[in-house]
Amino acid sequence: MNIYLESFKTFFKIGIFTLGGGYAMIPLIEEEVVNKKQWVSKEEFLDIIAIAQSCPGVFAINTSIFIGYKLSKLRGAIATALGTALPSFLIILGIAMFFHEFQDNPIVASIFRGIRPAVVALIAVPTFNLAKSAHVSWANCWIPIGGALLIWLLGVSPIFIILAAAICGWCYGKYIKPTI
Amino acid sequence: MIYLYLFITFFEIGLFGFGGGYGMLSLIQGEVVHHWGWMTTSQFTDIVAISQMTPGPIGINSATYCGYTACHNAGFGVGMSVLGSAVATFALMLPSFILMILISKMFMKYMKTNSVQSIFIGLRPAVVGLLAAATLLLCTKENFSTPDENMWQFVISVMLFVATFVGTMFFKVNPIKMIVMSGFAGLLLLY
Repeated sequence: MNIYLESFKTFFKIGIFTLGGGYAMIPLIEEEVVNKKQWVSKEEFLDIIAIAQSCPGVFAINTSIFIGYKLSKLRGAIATALGTALPSFLIILGIAMFFHEFQDNPIVASIFRGIRPAVVALIAVPTFNLAKSAHVSWANCWIPIGGALLIWLLGVSPIFIILAAAICGWCYGKYIKPTI
Repeated sequence: MIYLYLFITFFEIGLFGFGGGYGMLSLIQGEVVHHWGWMTTSQFTDIVAISQMTPGPIGINSATYCGYTACHNAGFGVGMSVLGSAVATFALMLPSFILMILISKMFMKYMKTNSVQSIFIGLRPAVVGLLAAATLLLCTKENFSTPDENMWQFVISVMLFVATFVGTMFFKVNPIKMIVMSGFAGLLLLY
């Protein structure tokens, strides 16, 4: 089979069947591209994950672009990225068209009054999990707390926080603690 | 014109959205709710809820949905709104394309150098702050009501928040299950 079509189909299948966001996709991607198709080796895959995770953008899209590019350059990257994004895109479009007709219905409105506080909690949980894996400690907890307060209370754009953190990190490594 | 703004906005979000879908949420909310006023906070919260319940990455799901809603709220028809969601999704993915290809072409060897690693020393805790901000920004009266406005809804909302937090954080309950149960509680208690 044509490699573009095959890689598109592989990622499309993964995109359709993974609930729970990008991180839930990783084991499936690994199963398909490392174990079954053997497009990349296990070590390469771990490197790709590390880079995709530390770069900006959607984690699963970064991963699939990287793998697609490795397979067959730009066209391969387009095939895998489209495969990952297209199921989401189509499903959400279907729901969006449908939901705008129903959002003022009192039953739907009451269901969403219950869902909204739960969603806020679901965003709070990864905050704490990420704090653990990012090694946030007493020494550097002022960075996330300060950043969050600046965004929340003063309306500072998160982009400035990102840029400032990157620049400060670089200066810290270069001038304060050169051996890390 | 809205398409150009959607493109620029989501390109920016794709370029600065560290920390995956959740890290992006405070960026997306800041732009689409506060900066452009394309939708209300509760509409945005609904979008996050639906993005979590449907398959695929949350970043792609919410970009598609925000693009559609922004055009729909501006009074456009279905076809024009579909175009809006295509523009937002494409713009979100474009920086990933550029960055990933650049890295695999020439910067692979720089990724493990000290300067790149020290940039991440600053970035990682900041991304935690971004997630915290996304949570705080959603703690509004549209999502929780207030004791003065509707005491009953406020109390139920806080209880659902605590139940979902404890359930997913400590008892590892599936988040989609928590959303479905909270929706059911809303139907029973807040109708």
